[in-house]
Parts: sequence; C-alpha cells; structure tokens
Amino acid sequence: MLEIKNLHVKLEEEDKVILRGVDLSIGAGEVHAIMGPNGSGKSTLSYVLAGREGYAVTGGSATLDGADLMAMEPENRAAAGLFLAFQYPVEIPGVGNMTFLRTAVNAQRKTRGEPELSAGDFLKVVREKAKTLKIDADMLKRPVNVGFSGGEKKRNEILQMAMLEPRMCILDETDSGLDVDAMKLVSEGVNALRSEGRSFLVITHYQRLLDHIKPDVVHIMAAGRIIKTGGPDLALEVENNGYADLLAEAQ
Amino acid sequence: MAQPQAKIDALAERVAGLAVCGSGWLGAARRDAASRLAAMGLPTKRDEYWRYTDPGSLTRPDALHAAQFDTTDEAPAFDGIDRLRLVFVDGVFDPAQSDDPTLAGVEITALTAAETTDIHWARDLYGALEARGQTPVQRPLASLNTAYATEGLLIRATGRAAKPVDLIYLRKSETSDAMLHHCIKVEAGAELTVLENGPGAARLTKVMEVDVAEGGRFHHVRVQGRDPERRAATHLFARVGANALFKSFTLTANGRMTRNDAVIELAGHDGVAHIAGAAMGDGDFHHDDTVFMTHAAERCESRQVFKKVLKSGAVGVFQGKILVKPGAQKTDGYQISQSLLLDGASQFLAKPELEIYADDVKCSHGSTSGAIDEVALFYLQSRGVPRRVAQSLLVLAFLAEAIAEIDDETIAEDIRSRLEGWLARHEG
Ligand SMILES: Nc1ncnc2c1ncn2[C@@H]1O[C@H](COP(=O)(O)OP(=O)(O)O)[C@@H](O)[C@H]1O
Ligand SMILES: [Mg+2]
Repeated sequence: MLEIKNLHVKLEEEDKVILRGVDLSIGAGEVHAIMGPNGSGKSTLSYVLAGREGYAVTGGSATLDGADLMAMEPENRAAAGLFLAFQYPVEIPGVGNMTFLRTAVNAQRKTRGEPELSAGDFLKVVREKAKTLKIDADMLKRPVNVGFSGGEKKRNEILQMAMLEPRMCILDETDSGLDVDAMKLVSEGVNALRSEGRSFLVITHYQRLLDHIKPDVVHIMAAGRIIKTGGPDLALEVENNGYADLLAEAQ
Repeated sequence: MAQPQAKIDALAERVAGLAVCGSGWLGAARRDAASRLAAMGLPTKRDEYWRYTDPGSLTRPDALHAAQFDTTDEAPAFDGIDRLRLVFVDGVFDPAQSDDPTLAGVEITALTAAETTDIHWARDLYGALEARGQTPVQRPLASLNTAYATEGLLIRATGRAAKPVDLIYLRKSETSDAMLHHCIKVEAGAELTVLENGPGAARLTKVMEVDVAEGGRFHHVRVQGRDPERRAATHLFARVGANALFKSFTLTANGRMTRNDAVIELAGHDGVAHIAGAAMGDGDFHHDDTVFMTHAAERCESRQVFKKVLKSGAVGVFQGKILVKPGAQKTDGYQISQSLLLDGASQFLAKPELEIYADDVKCSHGSTSGAIDEVALFYLQSRGVPRRVAQSLLVLAFLAEAIAEIDDETIAEDIRSRLEGWLARHEG
C-alpha cells in the first residue's frame, strides 16, 4: 500500500535536514506504529506524505499503491486514499464543521468521478458516526475546531477519517492530550475502521495507545531515520527502558 | 474659514455647466445646498478625510471614460427576488423599463415630478439630513449632489411594503456623469426594503437620505456595478428614530474608484443601526468606506462590519467613527474593519475612531489586515478539497460576518453566489 524508500527531506527555507533516509513498507490491512523521541522527524514524515509546503524532498520516494505521492497535490493524495489525523488539528473560523465535512466528502467523490452525496444521505451518515464518537450536534454546527477542547479536536479528526473512508490512515499523536475515556473512544473509532483493505500508520510517543490499537509492526525513529523495527514487543521495551539503549545500540 | 483659491477655482470649474434648477421648495433646498457647497469648496487630498483617497477623479469637471463592460456572464443582482423594479439609465429614470410604481404600503414619486406637487414629507427631508451630516466632517460632494441632482426618487413607506423596491442603475454611455438623489421616509411602524444595483454611469454621484421614524424598519442591500472602470461617490444619510431599525449592506466587486460615505444618527432611544460592506478588488481598484455613526440617544445599538478582499495592487480604505454624545447612556457600539490581502501588492488603510461623551457605554472596535491562512488551506486540501475551492471557502468565511448583516436569507444567498462568482473569475 504505502512504500517509502530512502526518503530524504530538508526544510525548504533553511539548510536543516530532518529526514535522513526513511524506509517503510506498509501492506494492505496492516497497522504500523512509529515511536521515537521528540524532534526525531515523525510529524515531518506525516506532513511530507500529506503534501504540506515548506519541505524539500532531496532524495528517495513515497508511493501509494504505486502512485508517486510527491508528484501529487495534497487534495489528490487525499482523493487517492491518504488521510492524516493532525497532531495539532487546525481551527477554521467561519467555516462550519458540517459544511467542512460535506465539502471534503463531496470534493473527494468528485475527484474520483463518483456522484455527490445528497444532503439528506450525508446528514444521516454524519449523525450516526458522530454519535459513536460522542460528538454532539452542537460540535457539528460550530466552526471547525474553534473552541474545541484538545480531546474534542482529536475526536473530530477521527470523525473526518470515518467520513472520508481513506485506505491509508496516518495518525500523528492522536493520543496526546487525551484522558483515558477519550483515548478509549478514539481507539474504538479507529478499530471500527480496521479492515483488510485499510492500513494505518500510528505515530505515538507512548506505548499506552498501542494497548488499544494493536500494531502488527513497530518502528523506532530517531534523528530522521528508522533505527529499529520489530513486533509489538518493541513498544513494551521502549516503555520499560526508554530510548537510550536503542539509540546507543544504533550508533 | 477662507478657502484656498485652488478649491474655489476647482468648484467653479466643476459647476460651470450645471444649473441649480427649479422653483418652490425644491429650488430653495437646492439653492441652500449650493451655498453650503460654495462655503466648503471641493475636497482635495489635503482634507483630513481624503488623505487615503484622492478625490481628483470624483471632483474633476467631467467623468473619465469608463469602458463598457459585459456582465451577461452572471444573472443580474436580485434576479430571483420578487421586487418592484425602477430603472435608471445613465442616471435618468426610465419609466418604460420600470415596473408600474404602485405598491401597497409605499408611495413613490420621481424627483422630476416633485416640484409641482407639495410632498410635505420630502420637503422636510430633501437636503436636510445631508445638511445635518456636514458637521463635524464636511462632505462637499453630497452638497454638490443636493444642489444639482435633478433625478432620483422620493419613496415613502406608510405600512409594511408588499415587496422590496429595487433601484436598477444601468449604464449605456462610456462618459456619463450622473447624479441621483433619493429621499426615503419610513413612517412610524412601517417597513421597507430598498435594493440598489448597477454602476449607474461612468461616474455616479449619489445621495440617499433615509429617515426612519419611531418603530420603523428599513433594510438596504446594494450591489455596486462590477464595471472595472466605473467611478462612484455615494452618500447615505440616515436618521434612526426611537425603537427603529436601520440596516444597510453593500457589495462592491470591482470599480476603479468607489467612495461610500455613510452618516448615521441614532436620534431616538433603543434604535438599532447596522452598516456592513464586502468589497472585492483585483488590480486597479480603490475602495473607501467612510462611516460616521452618532449615538444621540439612550440604549441604542450600532454595528459597523466592513470586510475587504484585495489582490494585485487593489487598495481598500476604511474610516469609521463612533461618536457617543453626552447623555447617550447604555450605548452599545461595535466596529470591525478587516482586509484579506491575497498578495503582497495590495494595501489596506484603516482609521477607526471612537469619541465618547457618556460614561455608561460599551464600545469596541478592531481593525486587522492579513493574508489567507496557509495552514487552514493545507488542512482543507489534506481533506481532499481542491486549493481553489478551499481558498474560496476561506474567503467566504472571512466575509461571513458582513454577509450575516443581511436579514433576508434569499438576498444573502444571492450575494454569496456573486462573491463565489467573483472568486472564480479572479483565481490565481
Ligand atoms: N517547519 C519547520 N521549521 C523549523 N523546524 C522544523 C520544522 N518542521 C520540523 N522542524 C524541526 O525538525 C525536527 C523534527 O520535527 P518533528 O517532525 O516535528 O518531530 P517529531 O514529530 O518527531 O517530534 C525538529 O527538530 C523540529 O524542530
Ligand atoms: Mg510530532
């Protein structure tokens, strides 16, 4: 599904190199986790995959089902099935959450040559999915993420994911700022979406999220590289011993 | 105060071919205005409220050439709305193209017919609010209009108007220099909506005097012509009575030079006056909103909401004042002026002013100028929304507070579709 080969990325405006050769291969239906210390480049990887400006790809490649992601506009990556749940969801004053969701869903359908959802059908689906994430009618009416608590923002990301039904979901620290109940809610939302054709890349700092969303593969990222890859046990090892040993080992 | 010779000469040149017409009450009102004008002279860039806008093209003797502009790619404004249409062509009322001006709850008389009829209410209004609005800030172009305009309408609402009255300003000439002067009286408890649309002339100088009596309600929505080369100096003078409501919204998309003055006095207790505008400019575009809101009575509410979207060197100006007179306790005044600069070449100049002589008041004002939020744009794109659509969505969100000042949802939707049309035509 997602193939990242020897990806090198620097900041466009500065000579700061952030990713120094990332290799990652995620098959259909797999759940991968990336853990790593702050500043190791996890968010940068997710942004570069989603197509945020400000980064220059200086080497390597990233493809989704064989299609070159780096050659696509962000909206086309989304229509191709890529979704990023932001570490810091963006507030958009003046744009209602519902309008935002409908615009996004229909824009993607249009790009893929599918008919738009009728207002009635859309409403029905949104209400149902919102309910399972405990997102009330008021949150759907309010401007996107404006005045939302940290947990509400993260749940809103998952709602967008549920509505857009992407095939490759990247979750960037979706657990940060969540209390235990919210974490459960979000995890259930993610788990409900797990299927044979859908893959996940879960970026997290802590092992606790991985208790809820069970990964198939765990990667450790440090200083812009994947320094170790293993099974779910690798996450536990990090939890117990921290990154120090792994970093030393990698050097 | 002695005027500089330049001002005197400029005025003499400007009015050289014009005559103060008429006898009777209207002639008298025009002569009064002519003497007010003589005492002021025409504005120049040195005048305090013309510092950001060069009045030259508005005060010069003749209208500058404005190329014809084809607007058939878009339905005319308010097309789908059931309304009484009154058409002016290059500033001259055209009964043949207009609807029969009979409407339940409303009396409509052409200014050209006013002299011979003693319309008592218009007598008390024509030039009166304009004269009152000359202090503390002079507006010579309004006096010029009162003195020399021969065309316009006198509209009086005595009840709830059955439908909106739409003043349609067509333009056939590339050099027309038109003056229109309208007087509108909304009697106690009556309600009227006035729409205006179209360029009117190559250069349009306009005055609208609106008197809303106790408990009356007046709604005004205007779409200024989108001919890129047209010029306009418009003035809205309003007096809002006790428990009365006044709401005005203007959409300006394009136009080489537009100066919209609004002088509003909340004269009776518990009155409400809202004035809003959305201006869209690309390239050679200069748009100036100059507002003077006076709170002269207790417990009144006023709002000024002006938004401008500017690109490729377009210039936006906002000069807005809230004056709270002694005794106008419990005033609630709000003012916001914001511009969205779509590139680095555009410019927004703002001069918000508050002057308060009462102690128990709530007044706030804010002015901002900024670029489109790139992070929000990326967020929308990452959800599959094409950049162009995302940009449009963000621009409309920026304008939303101004559009929200239009009470009628059908009219608001018409305005929104015009804004979307403009954005689609001015992409990139
Ligand atoms: N736009 C940017 N401007 C400056 N520095 C950046 C930018 N994006 C990322 N960085 C830097 O790159 C490094 C990796 O950041 P990030 O990808 O956010 O790490 P992580 O998500 O693993 O904590 C950090 O040192 C961070 O400060
Ligand atoms: Mg991060």
